Amino acid sequence: MIRKSLAIALTTTALTATAAWAEDVTLTIESWRNDDLSLWQEKIIPAFEAKHPGIRVKFTPSAPAEYNAVLNSKLDAGSAGDLITCRPFDASLALFEAGHLTDLDDMEAMGNFSDVAKSAWQTDDGSASFCVPMASVIHGFIYNADAFAELGIEVPETEADFFAALEKIRADGSYIPMAMGTNDQWEAATMGYNNIGPNYWKGEEGRRALIAGEQKLTDEAWTAPYATLAKWGNYLGDGYEAQTYPDSQNLFTLGRAAIYPAGSWEISGFNALADFKMGAFKPPVQNAGDTCYISDHTDIGIGMNAATANPDAARTFLAWVGSPEFATIFGNALPGFFPLSKEPVALEDPLAKEFVSWRGECESTIRSTYQILSRGTPNLENETWGASVAAIKGTAAPEELGSKLQDGLASWYAPQQ
Amino acid sequence: MNKPRIRWHIPVFLAPAVLIYTAVMIFPLFNTLRLALYSRIDQERVFTGLANFQTLFFDPIWSEQFWNALGNNLWFFLVHMLVQNPIGIALAALLSHPRLRFAALYRSAIFIPTILSFVVVGFAWKLILSPIWGIAPSMLDAVGLKSLFAPWLGKEEYALTTLALISVWQFVGIPMMLIYAALLSIPEEILEAGEVDGITGLAAFWKIKLPLILPSIGIISILTFVGNFNAFDLIYASQGALAGPDFSTDILGTFMYRTFFGFQLQLGDPHMGSAIAGAMFAIILLGVCVYLFGIQTRMRRYQL
Repeated sequence: MIRKSLAIALTTTALTATAAWAEDVTLTIESWRNDDLSLWQEKIIPAFEAKHPGIRVKFTPSAPAEYNAVLNSKLDAGSAGDLITCRPFDASLALFEAGHLTDLDDMEAMGNFSDVAKSAWQTDDGSASFCVPMASVIHGFIYNADAFAELGIEVPETEADFFAALEKIRADGSYIPMAMGTNDQWEAATMGYNNIGPNYWKGEEGRRALIAGEQKLTDEAWTAPYATLAKWGNYLGDGYEAQTYPDSQNLFTLGRAAIYPAGSWEISGFNALADFKMGAFKPPVQNAGDTCYISDHTDIGIGMNAATANPDAARTFLAWVGSPEFATIFGNALPGFFPLSKEPVALEDPLAKEFVSWRGECESTIRSTYQILSRGTPNLENETWGASVAAIKGTAAPEELGSKLQDGLASWYAPQQ
Repeated sequence: MNKPRIRWHIPVFLAPAVLIYTAVMIFPLFNTLRLALYSRIDQERVFTGLANFQTLFFDPIWSEQFWNALGNNLWFFLVHMLVQNPIGIALAALLSHPRLRFAALYRSAIFIPTILSFVVVGFAWKLILSPIWGIAPSMLDAVGLKSLFAPWLGKEEYALTTLALISVWQFVGIPMMLIYAALLSIPEEILEAGEVDGITGLAAFWKIKLPLILPSIGIISILTFVGNFNAFDLIYASQGALAGPDFSTDILGTFMYRTFFGFQLQLGDPHMGSAIAGAMFAIILLGVCVYLFGIQTRMRRYQL
């Protein structure tokens, strides 16, 4: 079997290669990762082209905020690239359902990924996968190791340790205990609620139960994180209500704050800016020895435009994206974006290594609101932003927030009615 | 008797403007209104009549957002009417004073923010008011009023008023310029005639100049109204599409944008978005009609 598909693969390559003598095939990639332009041009594409003469690849990103709109209009007009970088869940599912993305289930490379990794780019029943998973981001806390040493603080394991550490930093007064603001709202939900939450709702178990309608957002497991967030407000520094995301990043990298509730995507930026030693710790558990859960959120995939003129070359490229070689280049060039392949990838960056090591110790899950639950109006993800901010500011009680979110979800989601 | 000649030059000269205006304004407007009457069900566009408007006004989730946005929009407009326009008129009156020195300098300085981009204004003011890096807290500190400082843009109760005042700062130059032009067009003789009758100084302003510039004030009010109900950029640039904190700065423009184009995980819904755009159009049309037929026709005009 393997031999046969290998033979087919070889023939295909041979065929495309022969064709290439006449004219190179050019593949264009649509993406929102304009930050990664130089990485693609200098590392990923040359590595691919060296192995696959005759296929040329062009990486053409657009601005993140505009990507979805730009891509949709290009696809409708028939001018989109051959390969399409996939947002997780509904945005890509809508493209697949509209016939813009090809079903990739028959590709051998898809076997390199776990079901959780593939879940972000599958139909609800899991019958079709339409993007090759590229990377995930992991949530946790990055801390200023010099400040911790100076104040004699141990890395917190449990929630009690965590708040004791925050209290100690505040009492000392030379650092802002935690750098986060509520002005842009999403940090409160993404780096707050969905960062610490999985420990309460037990990761995948709670997330799936919520989707199945067996748990409700008014349950203790879903409101307790709001109660914890309410305690964060005391430690966020003056005027956190108007503090923006870049403000928080700057406060931390300037060494003015001790702890930063983070996503692993911050790593490369922080490495470049911070001149102190940094460490990372995972979301604290309630009692020492509890199973820990981390948000290991599938973030980027890549799929094939159904209307591409070069389907064979595109599949060759996707198969390569699914290979360990790509995972190693990508994982090391972009510390903080972790390849999703089953095969572990050797990373060099110490902070990235720390983050990725939690995959071995804890259960992985994805953000609770991303799959299925944010399809209707009101949009659960957007509502969660507001609720997390309200919890931190203390403008609403956790139970109130839970019942408001539950009412919104139940208004359109049948299993919760 | 000759039969009347068709005057070809009229349609020929009108054509470019009519064609361009139709293509970029009238057609999109009616197409948007048409789009509001449809809905997408299972990848199919289905005609649903006024169902979208029914959802917008009567569904508790949608109507709450709509009335919140409309209420915020009214407040935004009110702040402009009560702060921007009186200040604009006062500035124009001062600038038109014949003995004021450096009038041209003041005029340009006050007018310059108007030509700045919303993004620049939003960003600059966010920095000025930032509790961390901003100069507002340290300036207040220097005069011993630090306790008055609050993270205004992050507080539900102040954010909208703060943004409205930022917008006033940016646009106060426009009423100032229009009124200034109107004031300059008042002939000297009238003012001199008033002086002979003993009307000078402030009395001259209230009794002679103000009645003469009333039509300009009317025009400014309607421009402010249309501008404010179409506003979007400043809120979007400084608070994002969710118009935080907790939708306290959400106005019709941001609500429409979020619905039409989608946001984060929320997929865009062009049909509901068009319904909101339709509602905005109706509100503005109504406001303009009230002004045109209710106020402008009754305004007394003086032949100068």
